[in-house]
Amino acid sequence: MSKPVIATTSLAGCFGCHMSLLDIDERILPLIELVEFNKSPIDDIKTFTKQCDIGLIEGGCSNSENVHVLKDFRKHCNILVSVGECAIMGGLPAMRNGIPIKECLREAYLTGPSTTANTSHIIPNDPELPMMLDKVYPCQEIVKIDYYLPGCPPRADLIWETLLSLITGKPAELPYDVIKFD
Amino acid sequence: MSKKVNFVIDGKECQSEEGLYLVEAAKENGVYIPTLCNYEGLKPKGSCRICSVKIDGRLTTACTSPVQDGMKIENNTDELNEVRKEIIELLFVSGNHFCPACEKSGNCELQALAYRFKMMAPRFPFAFPRKEVDASYPMIIKEQNRCILCKRCIRGIKDEDGKRYFAYRNRGQDSLVVPDRKMMAEMSPEKAQEAMDICPVGSILVREIGWIEPIGTRKYDKAPIGSDIENNQ
Ligand code: SF4
Ligand code: SF4
Repeated sequence: MSKPVIATTSLAGCFGCHMSLLDIDERILPLIELVEFNKSPIDDIKTFTKQCDIGLIEGGCSNSENVHVLKDFRKHCNILVSVGECAIMGGLPAMRNGIPIKECLREAYLTGPSTTANTSHIIPNDPELPMMLDKVYPCQEIVKIDYYLPGCPPRADLIWETLLSLITGKPAELPYDVIKFD
Repeated sequence: MSKKVNFVIDGKECQSEEGLYLVEAAKENGVYIPTLCNYEGLKPKGSCRICSVKIDGRLTTACTSPVQDGMKIENNTDELNEVRKEIIELLFVSGNHFCPACEKSGNCELQALAYRFKMMAPRFPFAFPRKEVDASYPMIIKEQNRCILCKRCIRGIKDEDGKRYFAYRNRGQDSLVVPDRKMMAEMSPEKAQEAMDICPVGSILVREIGWIEPIGTRKYDKAPIGSDIENNQ
C-alpha cells in the first residue's frame, strides 16, 4: 500500500502553525516514514502533482490568492483540516474586519506612523498583486472543512495526535490541556 | 434550622436546604451546572441560559429556580450540553474574541466553557462587528469587542452609597455596557481589580497590567471549569 499523502499551506498566517508541526521534535522521523509530502512549504513542492489524502491549512483568507489556493486544496485533498486560530476565525489579520478596506489601506500606506518610506504616497496597485478581500474570511466560510485544530499555534501534540489518528484510523487521544485557543 | 429537601439530578440522589437556587444546591452535592451571567452574591438574572436544565421535563434556568422537594432534574445530557455549546458559539461569533491577544485568556469563563464543551470552531458565521476599545478612563480599559452583556459589572460594582460604576446603553444589537465617566474618575485601584475580576471575560481590564501569569499556570489551563465542584463530592 502506498503511503498517505499530505499537503500543507500557509494562507493569511504567520507560519507559526507550521513551526508547531515541526515542534513534534523527533517524531518527525516516524512521520516521514508514515507519510509522503506533496505540495507544501516543507518540501517546497509548489503545485499539486497528485491527489492527496490530508490537507493542512494554516491562515484564513485575506486576499484573492488565498481563496484560490484554498479552493485548490479542497479539490486536491480528501480531508481538509483547519490548523490554528487564523484558519478557524481569521485570527490576528481579522482584526481589520469591521474596518472599511479603504480606511485600512489609507492607514497602512498613507497616514499611519510607519509610512515615512512611502515617499511617492501610493497604495500598491500593481496588477500582479492579489486583491485584498473586504474582510478576512475563516476557511470554513469559503470551502467545506472537515476538522479543526484550535490554538495559536495548536500544540504540537494536538497536530501529531490528529495526524496519527487520520493516518491509522484510530480515535485520537486528546487530553484537556492540548486544546487551547492561545 | 431550615427544612431539608430531596431531589434527583441525572439519577443522583441529592439533598440540600430548602429555598436554595438549583445551581447552588447542585454545587453542594458535587454537581456542576455551568453558569456564565451568574455570580455568587448577586441576584441571579437567568439571561445567558448556559445553566439551562430540565426540571420535571421542562426547560428552565437553574440559576433562578429554587430547589423543591421531589424535583427530577436533567443536567449533564447530550441534548442540554449541545444547547449550551450552541449558546457559547453564538457568543463567540457575535463579538470579536481574539483569544491569542487577550489579557484574560486562560482565566476567561467564556473560553473555559468553550473548552469544557469542546468547541473546535463555531457552527455560525462570524459577525465581526465594529466595536470600540475605550481606553479613556484612568483605572480601567473597557474592551467592547469582548463584552457579552452579562451585566455582572453593573449588578456587582457599586460604591459605598450603592451608586453603580457601569450602566447599560442602547438596545438590541447596539447594546453596550459603558462605564460612568464621573464614577470612573474616582475609582480606586481595588475597585478596578474588583471590576476586572467580576467580568467573566476580558472586557474590563486594569490598566498597565496583563499577561502576568505564564501559560500553564492560569485558572483553566490544566483542569476544566467546574471540575473543582465535581471533585468536591
Ligand atoms: S474574553 Fe475570553 S473568549 Fe474573548 S478573547 Fe478574551 S479569552 Fe477569548
Ligand atoms: S463588561 Fe464584563 S461583566 Fe460587564 S457586562 Fe460586559 S462581559 Fe459582563
